[in-house]
Amino acid sequence: MARDDVKTGYKLIGTRPNRPDGLDKVTGRARYGADFSLPGMLHAAVVRSPHAHARIVKIDASKALALDGVKAVVTRADLPTGLTGEELNLQDNTLAGEKALYDGHAVAAVAATSALLAQDAARLIEVEYEVLPHVTDVDAAMAPGAPVIREGVADYSVPEGMNGNVARYMEFGHGDVDAGFAAADIVREQTYKTEATHQGYIEPHACVAQMGEDGRGEMWVCTQGHWYIRRMCASVLGIEAAGLRVTPSEIGGGFGGKTTIFMEPLPLALSKKAGGRPVKLVMSRSEVLRATGPTASASMDVKLGMKTDGTITAGQVFFRMQGGAFPGMSPIGEALPCAFACYDIPALKHEAVEVIANRPKAAAYRAPGSPMAAFAVESLVDEMCRELKLDPIAVRLKNGAKNGSKSSYGPVYNVIGLQETLEAAKAHPNYAIPLGPNQGRGVASGFWFNHGGETSVSLAVGEDGTATVMIGTPDIGGSRASIGLMVAECLGIPYEDVRVNVVETGALGVNEPTHGSRATFASGKAAVESARQAIAEMCRRAAADWGIDAEAVEWKDGAAHPAGPNAGKHPPMTIGEIGSKMGSTGGPISGHHEVTAGGYGASFGTHVVDVEVDPETGRTTVLRYLVVQDAGTAIHPAYVEGQYQGGAAQGIGWALNEEYVYGTDGRLQNPIFLDYRIPVASDLPMIDTVIVEVPNPGHPYGVRGVGETGITPPLPAIASAIAGATGARIRSLPCSPPKVLAAIKAKG
Amino acid sequence: MRYHTPTSFADASAIAAGAKGTLRFLAGGTDVLVQMRAGMVQPDDLIDLKQIPGVDRIERAPDGGWRIGVAVPGIVLGAHEALVRDWPGVVEGMNLVGSTQVQGRATLAGNLCNGSPAADSVPGMVAAGAVVTVTGPKGSRDLPVEQVPTGPGRTSLARGEVISAITLPPRGKNGGDAYLRFIPRTEMDIAVVGCAVNLRLEGDRIVEARVALGAVAPTVILSEAAAKAIIGTTLDDSALEALAKAAEGEAKPISDKRGTKEFRIEVAGVLARRAAKIAYDRAKGLKA
Repeated sequence: MARDDVKTGYKLIGTRPNRPDGLDKVTGRARYGADFSLPGMLHAAVVRSPHAHARIVKIDASKALALDGVKAVVTRADLPTGLTGEELNLQDNTLAGEKALYDGHAVAAVAATSALLAQDAARLIEVEYEVLPHVTDVDAAMAPGAPVIREGVADYSVPEGMNGNVARYMEFGHGDVDAGFAAADIVREQTYKTEATHQGYIEPHACVAQMGEDGRGEMWVCTQGHWYIRRMCASVLGIEAAGLRVTPSEIGGGFGGKTTIFMEPLPLALSKKAGGRPVKLVMSRSEVLRATGPTASASMDVKLGMKTDGTITAGQVFFRMQGGAFPGMSPIGEALPCAFACYDIPALKHEAVEVIANRPKAAAYRAPGSPMAAFAVESLVDEMCRELKLDPIAVRLKNGAKNGSKSSYGPVYNVIGLQETLEAAKAHPNYAIPLGPNQGRGVASGFWFNHGGETSVSLAVGEDGTATVMIGTPDIGGSRASIGLMVAECLGIPYEDVRVNVVETGALGVNEPTHGSRATFASGKAAVESARQAIAEMCRRAAADWGIDAEAVEWKDGAAHPAGPNAGKHPPMTIGEIGSKMGSTGGPISGHHEVTAGGYGASFGTHVVDVEVDPETGRTTVLRYLVVQDAGTAIHPAYVEGQYQGGAAQGIGWALNEEYVYGTDGRLQNPIFLDYRIPVASDLPMIDTVIVEVPNPGHPYGVRGVGETGITPPLPAIASAIAGATGARIRSLPCSPPKVLAAIKAKG
Repeated sequence: MRYHTPTSFADASAIAAGAKGTLRFLAGGTDVLVQMRAGMVQPDDLIDLKQIPGVDRIERAPDGGWRIGVAVPGIVLGAHEALVRDWPGVVEGMNLVGSTQVQGRATLAGNLCNGSPAADSVPGMVAAGAVVTVTGPKGSRDLPVEQVPTGPGRTSLARGEVISAITLPPRGKNGGDAYLRFIPRTEMDIAVVGCAVNLRLEGDRIVEARVALGAVAPTVILSEAAAKAIIGTTLDDSALEALAKAAEGEAKPISDKRGTKEFRIEVAGVLARRAAKIAYDRAKGLKA
């Protein structure tokens, strides 16, 4: 895989130093959302709808307000009117308007002098509901006669005659699929379903907010993107964005679920009503599961044509995805392009509809849409490989996208690493281990676009030659360490001499959240550009001192050097020397770069999993698990491996046991971690990782972004491994023991 | 809320008998405190039993059985070698409850009185023939464990009554017990089905057996039919098959978020077979 254009021989990139936030995190000193407190602070509690769908007839807070120590109650009547589009959706989700749209929908909030008192007061707020018919399943919500939960959600794209819960329709493709299917030796068609799953971050949403009567305020909050929090809170509350200063805390996981607002406007509104006293609001786990963004549930038809040699001749999908009671959050726009992104197939047709249902407003979850799409397409590819007795890696190598392939969704791939991941998976010892009775092996590939986005970064040289970097993307996976490594590499100074801080909204231009696997790519790219600016300025200071042209100075090993013999004989001037004198040589030295970052490169991965299924109980044990993924360049390999393992762990949970279970009353049956079964540590083997490095030409050090692809292959890989172990194919996730046992018995 | 710390069961009983509103006893607190925090219960009176002398002790009874205090946590049971030698099934059931941290507090008496049909320690106690001593306003009485829970969250104890000890019978020679539960994960989960088997051998032949099923009915089932299926046998394949059939026949589960009715019935039979084999091996002195 050696390539001439790939720079190697870095001093720091590719090493594994301790993360700067590590000591604080292991000692408990790190400040998370719920760790902030202010003098005079009040505590808030939220009243939530127990009904999946109900008209709110009356809210009476008089008993709560009569309690000594209760300072404010807010309902929808306290929020401004006249919002439209997504701003109205956000406001509707913050506090229900005429109707509660899902079990757990916030109806009112109260602030009091203690958390217990606030909870007591919340119980005293009387809400009169008129219960309405509800629907929670995606297929049921589309069916003729299903209750339409909000009128007028369909946009221009929805064909006539569809149920009013269908909000959006999309289609695209290329080639002649009918001719493609006609050219195939076998054509197979199946329907697959995935249930909604929650991001399951360990830290519940939490914030402290303060806002005066003048509408100016401050907030300390656990989030992936504080400018998004600022913009969304400002629009929901009708205040100026610049009037709100938002500081992010450390973050105990987000996985996409903290890229939006859920309860954050409430403490601001309560604070304003309580005379500007700060208000803290911390969600319980049940509130998190009932009322914050799970991912969409999906029902998906897939049709594939294959020749007996494994050549895929055509593919077709129809996806139905519900993302809760509000339009816009069902990731059909990502699921469709991801569906066949790993393949180079001559004829493809994609169709999808977005459906609303009486469930919480979905949020992004790690590669939104891609895991479901992979479950459908990769499962059917595996079914056909088994039918034709073809090796699943060989079939993917044969049909897989390569450099220069036209992608399934339009653009031509530049430099990608799918083939390299397939070759590495094939060569890995795990792929050759013999399987025992009741054991099976599954293979699947996965894809995520990655993302650039709005980015603003500053860098300042210290008087002692150290560097401070100010970034606006909260660090959820080790990005401070990775960005510190890149800046140190660029400046030629030790990693320990760089401190990377995530700064508040008042300190930088607008930054998109840490989403789309963009933080190390985009903030890293902007940080390197900032460092280059500082280097240019330091070269100018040295040149002035030496009395030569700045162009005659070059920067290496943390110091300015004369570029050649013609520049004269000057001893190197280190960053420390330049920094110590900068006050008298022209002032502070800094760099700043802002950009809507382009040049991001997709990351492909291939997973191989072995499972053993207990034939008498249907219980699946994951024996071994291999993640192979293209990182571009692994800046800090330990955190790249961590992302691979984390993605696999969440995907395994989604595949085996995680699901939103609704009762016939439309209430969520399992809003606690006891019954919402994310994997525990002992459920998982040590997840093996192979980092493939096909550097991204669009980044100074070749970074692609690695956070999301890893959750995509586990869903089909696990289901395929179970099929190998039992002969029973599960086409509806999760592969829970009752379902697997029933499938084994049905097979006879 | 009034928090009480009586130093005798008679006092605890008297406080309980006089309490008017919602009442809870506090031993390990791994259910009560969680329920309070979650807003599920707000006791008017909370009676902490841990100040009563002897509640943290495990004592050999004169007849060779065991008397276990109501505040002995799971981790202490698991570390008690002689008790584990006698009743490994009872102890392994208790040790499946919660996490390591929970094991430091959670008790047999609490697990029993919480009244969950899925309680992991209860089938083992029922199969072992454990008896609880109940102290009430009218004095003490003994009650078989299986008569304590009457349904999810409910017990047969009258107001003013409190469990003051749990007694396991003498193990006797050539006996063994075992508990297995089914969970989709490996730990930190709640039993979808549980099964405990306690048996005694003469030679290779089973002469006494008790089989208890958990999470397949509103209370733990002590199945005579399942016991009969293996008494008099050497636990050969046909006996195991009869045991599984009997267990399936006794199970009266519901479908819920944790498992379907059909699945629970099927797995009740599977676990009965597997637990019986472990108990048999233990009775034979084989490591299991």
